[in-house]
Amino acid sequence: MKQNYTIIGAILLMALAFVMAAYLYNSQQTETKTQLVTQNSDALSKPYSPRKGNPEAKVTIVEFLDPACETCRQFHPLVKELLATYRGKVNLVIRYAPLHPGSDHMVKILQAAEKQGKFWEVLDLMFETQPYWASHHQPKPEVFWTYLERFGFDVVQLRQDMNDPEIDRIVKQDIADGQLLGATKTPTFFINGKPLSRFGYEQLKSLVANEVNANY
Amino acid sequence: MRSHQQIDNRRWLLIFASWLVAAVSSIGSLFFSEVMELVPCILCWYQRIFMFPLAIILLVGLCPLDKRVINYALPIAIIGLLFTLYHCLLYFGFIPENLQPCSQGVSCADEGMELFGFLPIPLLSLASFSLIIFFLLTSRFSK
Repeated sequence: MKQNYTIIGAILLMALAFVMAAYLYNSQQTETKTQLVTQNSDALSKPYSPRKGNPEAKVTIVEFLDPACETCRQFHPLVKELLATYRGKVNLVIRYAPLHPGSDHMVKILQAAEKQGKFWEVLDLMFETQPYWASHHQPKPEVFWTYLERFGFDVVQLRQDMNDPEIDRIVKQDIADGQLLGATKTPTFFINGKPLSRFGYEQLKSLVANEVNANY
Repeated sequence: MRSHQQIDNRRWLLIFASWLVAAVSSIGSLFFSEVMELVPCILCWYQRIFMFPLAIILLVGLCPLDKRVINYALPIAIIGLLFTLYHCLLYFGFIPENLQPCSQGVSCADEGMELFGFLPIPLLSLASFSLIIFFLLTSRFSK
Protein backbone atom coordinates (compact mmCIF):
# COMPACT_ATOMS: atom_id res chain seq x y z
CA MET A 1 0.00 0.00 0.00
CA LYS A 2 2.79 2.36 0.98
CA GLN A 3 4.52 1.46 -2.29
CA ASN A 4 1.46 2.45 -4.29
CA TYR A 5 1.40 5.84 -2.59
CA THR A 6 5.06 6.30 -3.46
CA ILE A 7 4.26 5.67 -7.13
CA ILE A 8 1.25 7.99 -7.16
CA GLY A 9 3.28 10.66 -5.41
CA ALA A 10 6.08 10.35 -7.94
CA ILE A 11 3.66 10.62 -10.88
CA LEU A 12 1.98 13.69 -9.41
CA LEU A 13 5.32 15.29 -8.69
CA MET A 14 6.50 14.71 -12.27
CA ALA A 15 3.29 16.08 -13.74
CA LEU A 16 3.53 19.15 -11.54
CA ALA A 17 7.18 19.70 -12.46
CA PHE A 18 6.32 19.42 -16.16
CA VAL A 19 3.49 21.92 -15.99
CA MET A 20 5.47 24.41 -13.94
CA ALA A 21 8.55 24.13 -16.13
CA ALA A 22 6.41 24.57 -19.25
CA TYR A 23 4.77 27.65 -17.77
CA LEU A 24 8.09 29.19 -16.76
CA TYR A 25 9.68 28.40 -20.10
CA ASN A 26 6.76 29.87 -22.05
CA SER A 27 6.60 33.10 -20.07
CA GLN A 28 10.35 33.50 -20.43
CA GLN A 29 10.08 32.88 -24.18
CA THR A 30 7.27 35.44 -24.51
CA GLU A 31 9.41 37.99 -22.72
CA THR A 32 12.35 37.34 -25.04
CA LYS A 33 10.08 37.56 -28.08
CA THR A 34 8.54 40.81 -26.89
CA GLN A 35 11.98 42.27 -26.30
CA LEU A 36 13.04 41.21 -29.79
CA VAL A 37 10.10 43.10 -31.29
CA THR A 38 10.68 46.17 -29.13
CA GLN A 39 14.28 46.34 -30.29
CA ASN A 40 13.25 45.97 -33.94
CA SER A 41 9.96 47.83 -34.01
CA ASP A 42 10.85 49.34 -37.41
CA ALA A 43 10.64 45.87 -38.90
CA LEU A 44 6.98 45.42 -37.95
CA SER A 45 5.41 47.25 -40.85
CA LYS A 46 6.59 49.06 -43.95
CA PRO A 47 4.90 51.82 -45.97
CA TYR A 48 4.38 49.42 -48.88
CA SER A 49 2.62 46.80 -46.72
CA PRO A 50 -1.05 46.17 -47.56
CA ARG A 51 -3.40 47.51 -44.89
CA LYS A 52 -7.03 47.06 -44.05
CA GLY A 53 -9.17 49.09 -41.68
CA ASN A 54 -9.01 52.58 -40.25
CA PRO A 55 -5.45 53.92 -40.70
CA GLU A 56 -5.94 55.97 -37.50
CA ALA A 57 -6.82 52.90 -35.44
CA LYS A 58 -4.87 52.57 -32.21
CA VAL A 59 -4.60 48.80 -32.41
CA THR A 60 -2.65 47.23 -35.25
CA ILE A 61 -2.53 43.54 -36.03
CA VAL A 62 0.56 42.62 -38.03
CA GLU A 63 0.19 39.22 -39.66
CA PHE A 64 3.05 37.36 -41.31
CA LEU A 65 1.39 34.91 -43.68
CA ASP A 66 2.06 32.41 -46.40
CA PRO A 67 -0.68 31.98 -49.05
CA ALA A 68 0.03 28.24 -49.23
CA CYS A 69 -0.28 27.71 -45.47
CA GLU A 70 -3.51 25.94 -44.42
CA THR A 71 -3.59 27.50 -40.97
CA CYS A 72 -3.31 30.98 -42.52
CA ARG A 73 -6.30 30.05 -44.68
CA GLN A 74 -8.29 29.05 -41.60
CA PHE A 75 -7.32 32.21 -39.75
CA HIS A 76 -8.23 34.48 -42.68
CA PRO A 77 -12.00 34.75 -41.98
CA LEU A 78 -11.34 34.89 -38.24
CA VAL A 79 -9.02 37.86 -38.56
CA LYS A 80 -11.55 39.61 -40.79
CA GLU A 81 -14.16 38.92 -38.13
CA LEU A 82 -11.95 40.63 -35.54
CA LEU A 83 -11.65 43.67 -37.81
CA ALA A 84 -15.44 43.80 -38.16
CA THR A 85 -15.99 43.41 -34.41
CA TYR A 86 -13.72 46.35 -33.59
CA ARG A 87 -14.50 48.45 -36.65
CA GLY A 88 -12.44 51.62 -36.70
CA LYS A 89 -10.37 50.59 -33.67
CA VAL A 90 -8.28 47.81 -35.19
CA ASN A 91 -6.43 47.65 -38.47
CA LEU A 92 -4.48 44.89 -40.15
CA VAL A 93 -1.09 44.91 -41.84
CA ILE A 94 -0.07 41.96 -43.99
CA ARG A 95 3.56 40.88 -44.26
CA TYR A 96 4.80 38.04 -46.43
CA ALA A 97 6.46 34.94 -45.02
CA PRO A 98 6.70 32.66 -48.08
CA LEU A 99 7.93 29.53 -46.29
CA HIS A 100 6.47 26.91 -48.64
CA PRO A 101 8.18 26.15 -51.93
CA GLY A 102 6.66 28.29 -54.68
CA SER A 103 5.03 30.72 -52.27
CA ASP A 104 7.32 33.54 -53.37
CA HIS A 105 5.55 33.49 -56.74
CA MET A 106 2.12 33.76 -55.08
CA VAL A 107 3.31 36.55 -52.83
CA LYS A 108 4.54 38.52 -55.82
CA ILE A 109 1.10 38.21 -57.39
CA LEU A 110 -0.33 39.68 -54.19
CA GLN A 111 2.00 42.65 -54.15
CA ALA A 112 1.30 43.25 -57.86
CA ALA A 113 -2.41 43.22 -57.03
CA GLU A 114 -1.77 45.76 -54.27
CA LYS A 115 -0.50 48.09 -56.99
CA GLN A 116 -3.94 47.87 -58.66
CA GLY A 117 -5.76 48.22 -55.34
CA LYS A 118 -6.95 44.63 -55.64
CA PHE A 119 -4.85 43.05 -52.88
CA TRP A 120 -7.71 41.90 -50.62
CA GLU A 121 -9.79 40.49 -53.48
CA VAL A 122 -6.82 38.48 -54.76
CA LEU A 123 -5.92 37.29 -51.23
CA ASP A 124 -9.51 36.14 -50.67
CA LEU A 125 -9.46 34.26 -53.95
CA MET A 126 -6.06 32.76 -53.17
CA PHE A 127 -7.18 31.34 -49.85
CA GLU A 128 -10.50 30.20 -51.25
CA THR A 129 -8.86 28.27 -54.07
CA GLN A 130 -5.84 27.16 -52.02
CA PRO A 131 -6.70 23.43 -52.08
CA TYR A 132 -6.58 23.50 -55.88
CA TRP A 133 -3.30 25.27 -56.48
CA ALA A 134 -1.42 24.33 -53.30
CA SER A 135 -2.47 20.70 -53.00
CA HIS A 136 0.06 18.40 -51.31
CA HIS A 137 2.44 21.29 -50.98
CA GLN A 138 3.14 21.03 -54.67
CA PRO A 139 2.25 24.53 -55.76
CA LYS A 140 0.68 24.91 -59.17
CA PRO A 141 0.66 28.67 -59.72
CA GLU A 142 -0.68 28.24 -63.27
CA VAL A 143 -3.90 26.86 -61.76
CA PHE A 144 -4.30 30.04 -59.75
CA TRP A 145 -3.72 32.16 -62.85
CA THR A 146 -6.72 30.48 -64.50
CA TYR A 147 -8.81 31.46 -61.48
CA LEU A 148 -7.57 35.05 -61.71
CA GLU A 149 -8.58 35.10 -65.35
CA ARG A 150 -11.97 33.57 -64.70
CA PHE A 151 -12.78 36.15 -62.00
CA GLY A 152 -11.91 39.01 -64.30
CA PHE A 153 -8.66 40.29 -62.87
CA ASP A 154 -6.27 42.15 -65.13
CA VAL A 155 -3.94 39.22 -65.61
CA VAL A 156 -1.74 40.89 -68.20
CA GLN A 157 -1.04 43.82 -65.89
CA LEU A 158 -0.44 41.48 -62.93
CA ARG A 159 2.09 39.42 -64.86
CA GLN A 160 3.87 42.55 -65.92
CA ASP A 161 3.89 44.14 -62.46
CA MET A 162 5.01 41.10 -60.52
CA ASN A 163 8.31 41.02 -62.41
CA ASP A 164 9.14 44.52 -61.24
CA PRO A 165 12.44 44.31 -59.31
CA GLU A 166 10.81 46.59 -56.71
CA ILE A 167 8.41 43.77 -55.81
CA ASP A 168 11.31 41.36 -55.50
CA ARG A 169 12.93 43.79 -53.07
CA ILE A 170 9.70 44.07 -51.07
CA VAL A 171 9.40 40.29 -50.71
CA LYS A 172 13.04 40.00 -49.66
CA GLN A 173 12.53 42.80 -47.11
CA ASP A 174 9.49 41.02 -45.66
CA ILE A 175 11.43 37.76 -45.35
CA ALA A 176 14.31 39.58 -43.66
CA ASP A 177 11.96 41.38 -41.24
CA GLY A 178 10.18 38.12 -40.44
CA GLN A 179 13.48 36.48 -39.55
CA LEU A 180 14.49 39.49 -37.47
CA LEU A 181 11.24 39.33 -35.49
CA GLY A 182 11.31 35.57 -35.06
CA ALA A 183 8.29 34.95 -37.30
CA THR A 184 9.46 31.47 -38.21
CA LYS A 185 5.99 29.95 -38.45
CA THR A 186 2.86 31.07 -40.25
CA PRO A 187 0.71 32.78 -39.36
CA THR A 188 2.63 34.90 -36.85
CA PHE A 189 0.72 37.76 -35.25
CA PHE A 190 1.93 40.87 -33.48
CA ILE A 191 -0.70 43.04 -31.84
CA ASN A 192 0.70 46.51 -31.22
CA GLY A 193 4.09 44.81 -31.28
CA LYS A 194 3.14 42.09 -28.80
CA PRO A 195 3.51 38.45 -29.84
CA LEU A 196 1.00 35.78 -28.81
CA SER A 197 2.11 33.98 -25.65
CA ARG A 198 0.63 30.79 -27.10
CA PHE A 199 -0.55 30.24 -30.63
CA GLY A 200 -4.31 29.99 -31.07
CA TYR A 201 -7.41 31.90 -32.11
CA GLU A 202 -8.61 32.41 -28.54
CA GLN A 203 -5.23 33.85 -27.58
CA LEU A 204 -5.33 36.18 -30.59
CA LYS A 205 -8.86 37.28 -29.76
CA SER A 206 -8.11 38.02 -26.12
CA LEU A 207 -4.87 39.88 -26.90
CA VAL A 208 -6.73 42.08 -29.42
CA ALA A 209 -9.51 42.66 -26.87
CA ASN A 210 -6.94 43.62 -24.23
CA GLU A 211 -5.27 46.10 -26.55
CA VAL A 212 -8.61 47.64 -27.55
CA ASN A 213 -9.58 48.03 -23.89
CA ALA A 214 -6.22 49.55 -23.07
CA ASN A 215 -6.35 52.10 -25.92
CA TYR A 216 -9.99 53.17 -26.03
CA MET B 1 20.71 -13.78 5.61
CA ARG B 2 17.88 -11.43 4.73
CA SER B 3 14.25 -12.48 4.78
CA HIS B 4 12.27 -12.88 1.56
CA GLN B 5 10.28 -9.80 2.44
CA GLN B 6 13.42 -7.72 2.78
CA ILE B 7 14.82 -8.95 -0.52
CA ASP B 8 11.51 -8.19 -2.25
CA ASN B 9 11.47 -4.70 -0.76
CA ARG B 10 14.97 -4.09 -2.02
CA ARG B 11 14.07 -5.41 -5.44
CA TRP B 12 10.96 -3.24 -5.57
CA LEU B 13 12.98 -0.19 -4.67
CA LEU B 14 15.52 -0.85 -7.39
CA ILE B 15 12.86 -1.40 -10.05
CA PHE B 16 11.14 1.72 -8.77
CA ALA B 17 14.39 3.64 -9.23
CA SER B 18 14.74 2.39 -12.81
CA TRP B 19 11.11 3.32 -13.52
CA LEU B 20 11.72 6.78 -12.10
CA VAL B 21 14.66 7.28 -14.45
CA ALA B 22 12.60 6.06 -17.43
CA ALA B 23 9.63 8.26 -16.54
CA VAL B 24 11.71 11.38 -15.98
CA SER B 25 13.56 10.76 -19.24
CA SER B 26 10.31 10.27 -21.17
CA ILE B 27 8.73 13.40 -19.73
CA GLY B 28 11.96 15.31 -20.26
CA SER B 29 12.17 14.34 -23.92
CA LEU B 30 8.53 15.35 -24.35
CA PHE B 31 9.41 18.69 -22.79
CA PHE B 32 12.21 19.19 -25.33
CA SER B 33 9.95 18.45 -28.29
CA GLU B 34 6.57 19.81 -27.18
CA VAL B 35 7.46 22.81 -25.02
CA MET B 36 10.89 23.86 -26.25
CA GLU B 37 9.91 22.78 -29.77
CA LEU B 38 13.24 21.12 -30.51
CA VAL B 39 12.66 18.75 -33.42
CA PRO B 40 13.91 15.25 -32.49
CA CYS B 41 16.48 13.83 -34.91
CA ILE B 42 16.14 10.25 -36.20
CA LEU B 43 18.42 8.76 -33.55
CA CYS B 44 16.54 10.62 -30.84
CA TRP B 45 13.37 9.01 -32.15
CA TYR B 46 14.87 5.53 -31.90
CA GLN B 47 15.94 6.21 -28.33
CA ARG B 48 12.45 7.47 -27.50
CA ILE B 49 10.96 4.34 -29.04
CA PHE B 50 12.88 2.30 -26.46
CA MET B 51 12.48 4.72 -23.55
CA PHE B 52 8.71 5.31 -23.61
CA PRO B 53 7.69 1.63 -23.20
CA LEU B 54 10.10 1.27 -20.27
CA ALA B 55 8.20 3.96 -18.39
CA ILE B 56 5.02 1.89 -18.82
CA ILE B 57 6.22 -1.70 -18.52
CA LEU B 58 8.26 -1.01 -15.37
CA LEU B 59 5.27 0.69 -13.77
CA VAL B 60 3.13 -2.37 -14.46
CA GLY B 61 5.80 -4.57 -12.90
CA LEU B 62 5.83 -2.42 -9.76
CA CYS B 63 2.23 -2.70 -8.63
CA PRO B 64 2.15 -5.39 -7.57
CA LEU B 65 5.80 -6.42 -7.74
CA ASP B 66 6.45 -8.82 -10.62
CA LYS B 67 10.13 -9.70 -10.81
CA ARG B 68 9.79 -11.01 -14.36
CA VAL B 69 9.44 -7.42 -15.52
CA ILE B 70 13.24 -7.27 -15.39
CA ASN B 71 13.43 -9.93 -18.10
CA TYR B 72 11.05 -7.95 -20.29
CA ALA B 73 12.57 -4.54 -19.64
CA LEU B 74 16.27 -5.40 -19.97
CA PRO B 75 16.29 -6.18 -23.72
CA ILE B 76 14.46 -2.92 -24.43
CA ALA B 77 16.88 -0.93 -22.29
CA ILE B 78 19.94 -2.59 -23.83
CA ILE B 79 18.82 -1.88 -27.40
CA GLY B 80 18.12 1.71 -26.34
CA LEU B 81 21.61 1.91 -24.87
CA LEU B 82 23.12 0.73 -28.17
CA PHE B 83 21.34 3.52 -30.06
CA THR B 84 22.51 6.01 -27.45
CA LEU B 85 26.12 4.84 -27.69
CA TYR B 86 26.00 5.25 -31.44
CA HIS B 87 24.47 8.70 -31.05
CA CYS B 88 27.15 9.78 -28.56
CA LEU B 89 29.94 8.56 -30.82
CA LEU B 90 28.39 10.55 -33.63
CA TYR B 91 27.82 13.60 -31.49
CA PHE B 92 31.34 13.74 -30.13
CA GLY B 93 32.77 13.19 -33.59
CA PHE B 94 34.17 9.66 -33.26
CA ILE B 95 32.09 8.64 -36.26
CA PRO B 96 32.33 11.00 -39.22
CA GLU B 97 29.16 12.90 -39.90
CA ASN B 98 28.82 11.71 -43.49
CA LEU B 99 28.21 8.16 -42.24
CA GLN B 100 25.20 9.12 -40.18
CA PRO B 101 21.81 7.84 -41.29
CA CYS B 102 19.96 11.12 -40.74
CA SER B 103 20.82 13.22 -43.75
CA GLN B 104 17.36 14.74 -44.00
CA GLY B 105 15.69 16.94 -41.44
CA VAL B 106 17.51 17.55 -38.18
CA SER B 107 21.14 16.54 -37.95
CA CYS B 108 21.99 14.11 -35.14
CA ALA B 109 25.40 15.71 -34.65
CA ASP B 110 24.08 19.23 -34.67
CA GLU B 111 24.84 22.05 -32.30
CA GLY B 112 22.01 23.26 -30.12
CA MET B 113 21.50 19.88 -28.49
CA GLU B 114 22.91 21.16 -25.21
CA LEU B 115 20.64 21.66 -22.26
CA PHE B 116 21.41 24.84 -20.30
CA GLY B 117 24.15 25.42 -22.84
CA PHE B 118 26.52 22.66 -21.68
CA LEU B 119 24.68 19.35 -21.13
CA PRO B 120 24.30 17.45 -24.43
CA ILE B 121 21.01 15.57 -24.74
CA PRO B 122 22.68 12.37 -26.06
CA LEU B 123 24.76 12.28 -22.88
CA LEU B 124 21.59 12.56 -20.76
CA SER B 125 20.15 9.65 -22.71
CA LEU B 126 23.33 7.63 -22.12
CA ALA B 127 23.09 8.31 -18.38
CA SER B 128 19.40 7.30 -18.33
CA PHE B 129 19.76 4.00 -20.17
CA SER B 130 22.90 3.09 -18.17
CA LEU B 131 21.17 3.84 -14.87
CA ILE B 132 18.08 1.85 -15.84
CA ILE B 133 20.21 -1.17 -16.79
CA PHE B 134 22.30 -0.82 -13.64
CA PHE B 135 19.23 -0.71 -11.35
CA LEU B 136 17.56 -3.60 -13.15
CA LEU B 137 20.67 -5.81 -12.95
CA THR B 138 21.18 -4.94 -9.29
CA SER B 139 17.56 -5.83 -8.64
CA ARG B 140 17.92 -9.06 -10.61
CA PHE B 141 20.91 -10.24 -8.55
CA SER B 142 19.69 -8.97 -5.17
CA LYS B 143 20.28 -11.44 -2.39
